[in-house]
Amino acid sequence: MVVDQLRETELDRLFQAFADSTRRDIVRRVTAGEYSVSGLAGLYAMSFAAVQKHVAVLERASLVTKERRGREQIVRGNHQGLQKARRLLDDYEAIWRQRVSRIADILAEG
Amino acid sequence: MSVISSTKNLEALSFILVAEFDAGVERVWQLWEDPRQLERWWGPPTWPATFEQFDFESGGKAVYYMTGPEGEKAGGWWRFTAIEAPRKLEFDDGFADENGAPVESMGTTHATVTLEDAGGRTRMTIVSTFESEEQMEQMVQMGMEEGMREAVGQIDALLAEHANA
Repeated sequence: MVVDQLRETELDRLFQAFADSTRRDIVRRVTAGEYSVSGLAGLYAMSFAAVQKHVAVLERASLVTKERRGREQIVRGNHQGLQKARRLLDDYEAIWRQRVSRIADILAEG
Repeated sequence: MSVISSTKNLEALSFILVAEFDAGVERVWQLWEDPRQLERWWGPPTWPATFEQFDFESGGKAVYYMTGPEGEKAGGWWRFTAIEAPRKLEFDDGFADENGAPVESMGTTHATVTLEDAGGRTRMTIVSTFESEEQMEQMVQMGMEEGMREAVGQIDALLAEHANA
């Protein structure tokens, strides 16, 4: 595992999925409860197709899941994906905490 | 304990870390300014960093690679966007290919490092900001819609790759 580099790349991808206020709002809502794509589309001043596209981006980033139920497409938060996002952030924090501890060691040499 | 606090904010696309060291501001600054000292702490012991180029001036560029336990190499680059010795340093941080050339599609991070005197000790604040909505808006205002659409396409492609991996 290319520790820093790979984790930071994955993290960048996640941040890019989050780099849009509509996508963040969708994640927030569907994590609390399921929504149909048309239900979501009714919440934003944009076309059904545009909302569907945002959902697709989030689905590819493993942040939500989409499932057909009759004529509706149901969107739910992907808890595993969100946990992974959380873990990546923790890893990023760990990278910096280790750097800080190495800096402290160097400074302690005088 | 050197780390005072760290804040991860997915919505603000940022990570903030505050640490304090038992040394003066000038000494801590040297750890950023001198690539030989920087190499001692930037990479973990199992993946040490080697800076091949280090133009420590505003607009200057740094090129580095990290070497893994099996001899594998992972490249990166920095572009210094502001240097106010010995208190403030800002740079963009991205990935590089085997020739040290930036890989634009991988995205960049912007880092702001601030050093302050805290009663003889030094308080270091790192703010890492990932590519943001604001940056996108700024780029659109600058008439770069075309480039932006391309970038968004690349992001979508990356996300697709990620999902299939």
